[in-house]
Amino acid sequence: MAGSTYVPSASRPTASSFYKRLRGGDEVAYLLTFACAVAILVIVGLIVVELWTNSQPTVKQFGLGFLWSSRWDPNGGHFGALPFVYGTCVTAFLALLIAVPLGVAAAIFLAEMAPPRLSNILTFLIELLAAVPSVIYGLIGIFVLVPIIRDYLVPVLTRLFGYLPIFSGDFYGVSFLSAGLVLSVMVVPFIISVSREVLLAVPVDQREASLALGTTKWETTWQVVIPNAKTGIIGSIFLALARALGETMAVTMVIGNTPKITPSLLSPGYSIAAVIANEFAEASGNLYVSSLIFLGLVLFGLTIVINALARILVLTTSRRRS
Amino acid sequence: MDMRISPRRKIANAVMLSLSGLCTVLVISVLFFILGYLLWHGSSSLSLNFFTKLPKPSGETGGGMANAIIGSGKVLLVATCIGVPLGFLAGVYLAEYSGKTFAFTLRYVVDLLNGVPSIVIGIVAYAVVVRPMGHYSALAGGVALGIMMIPIAVRTTEEFLLAVPNSLREGALALGATKAKTIFTVVIPAAISGLISGMMLNLARVAGETAPLLFTALGNMFMSPGFMHPIATLPVMIYNYAIAPEEDLHQQAWAAGFVLLTLVLFINVTARLIIARGPASSRR
Repeated sequence: MAGSTYVPSASRPTASSFYKRLRGGDEVAYLLTFACAVAILVIVGLIVVELWTNSQPTVKQFGLGFLWSSRWDPNGGHFGALPFVYGTCVTAFLALLIAVPLGVAAAIFLAEMAPPRLSNILTFLIELLAAVPSVIYGLIGIFVLVPIIRDYLVPVLTRLFGYLPIFSGDFYGVSFLSAGLVLSVMVVPFIISVSREVLLAVPVDQREASLALGTTKWETTWQVVIPNAKTGIIGSIFLALARALGETMAVTMVIGNTPKITPSLLSPGYSIAAVIANEFAEASGNLYVSSLIFLGLVLFGLTIVINALARILVLTTSRRRS
Repeated sequence: MDMRISPRRKIANAVMLSLSGLCTVLVISVLFFILGYLLWHGSSSLSLNFFTKLPKPSGETGGGMANAIIGSGKVLLVATCIGVPLGFLAGVYLAEYSGKTFAFTLRYVVDLLNGVPSIVIGIVAYAVVVRPMGHYSALAGGVALGIMMIPIAVRTTEEFLLAVPNSLREGALALGATKAKTIFTVVIPAAISGLISGMMLNLARVAGETAPLLFTALGNMFMSPGFMHPIATLPVMIYNYAIAPEEDLHQQAWAAGFVLLTLVLFINVTARLIIARGPASSRR
């Protein structure tokens, strides 16, 4: 196979020259690197197969009803995914609600306003923010953010909006709200760095043409640059969404780990990743483990679809430029 | 013709521009807050015992995380031995050999692998390593982190090799070197500083990973011999101590967080400075 795909000279190599090249190391290097490339595809295939086969007991027992059942009772042998799917979606949505305006605005500042030197330094710092391990965010979340939310944010929220169901009920600190806030800080660097790249890819003459027509800097940004970069910015939001859905440690530490579906953001909940992190090592019984693995498969499917969409969106914007 | 811009538009301009600046400042200040808080809180909890002593049984105060520091090192060693060679060679294939369609597929799959939540990788390592072996081990943790290292290893290798000017390749080929010789003695050495920094960044990224280790490496309270036993790691210790009720353990969690963050950020800053100064950056 290798001999037919990689032919450096004009004539096809005969068998003897193939062995000569093999001995010279040339073909060996090709085969080795090709094998590694294929191995990666195999590993990704293996991830899918392992998740699928290991979740079969649950699929057989509950079918797709697993996704719609809200009862999670390991002792009673009943498993339903809905509370976790709900918690994952609520926290991710909350995180995006905060992170998208913040991130896009910061990206606009870095790409359009800041002088290149300053922009590079600030982007460097934002990349460091993305490098902070998730468990550190969790640590800060438990011991710093949760007390701040409890003492300052929640009293204000309940006084102003207490009549809304989303801010009703008692607050114990760990909650959807805390998890969403921690998540928003964690995904904002991704939105900023991808959006900034996309904005910088918009050709300069577009801006110059608009400014020459007498618009202000902001009008140019809002009416010319942003529409040009829109697809890519949406792509960056999808990337952030995938991150938020799959984020584990920080969420586990502040969400409260209670499989409950309530409209109130102030009450504790659970997420798919958190329940796997929390219960996997102690799960006893085939059905329990396979239910957790099925939840992993759901999470895998969700993030793959969203990531695939995001890549396509970012790719189409950057390809149109070049 | 009146060329003046109305005050309303001027104000809108100024307001929106300063708002965007404000958002940037807000995000950056979060970084400084985290750094400052950990520095203040973590360094005060840090002592020599932290690096030299083993954890005390629950109820007793004192003790350190010597086993977790060594454990993290071991797990990362296994991860590097799996992720770096595999990712590096596949990256070489992408940059130097690959045709268009296969390269696109591989790149896309690698990007998707990069987006797979770490906890899912943990499940796979559990199914492939822990279950057949029958117990948790450093090896299983290393396999999980190793898989997580692959995507970045592939993409940085490809990126830095493509940044090497073609004239270097042509020069070597014109001198009669084979393609493999050209790649391994001319192209890779030309990109080496970028490649090493990229791999360091990659290592720093997985060094803080906790979720996939929870049910692969698990953890324990003593020194773990070899690679076939459950092993304590810094991130998992931080998690376990943070959710424990004892105040003394919280202090240790802060100290461990401080050590981990310092390590991760130090590697990040060094590697990024090397990349920014390196010859490969001229193309950007």
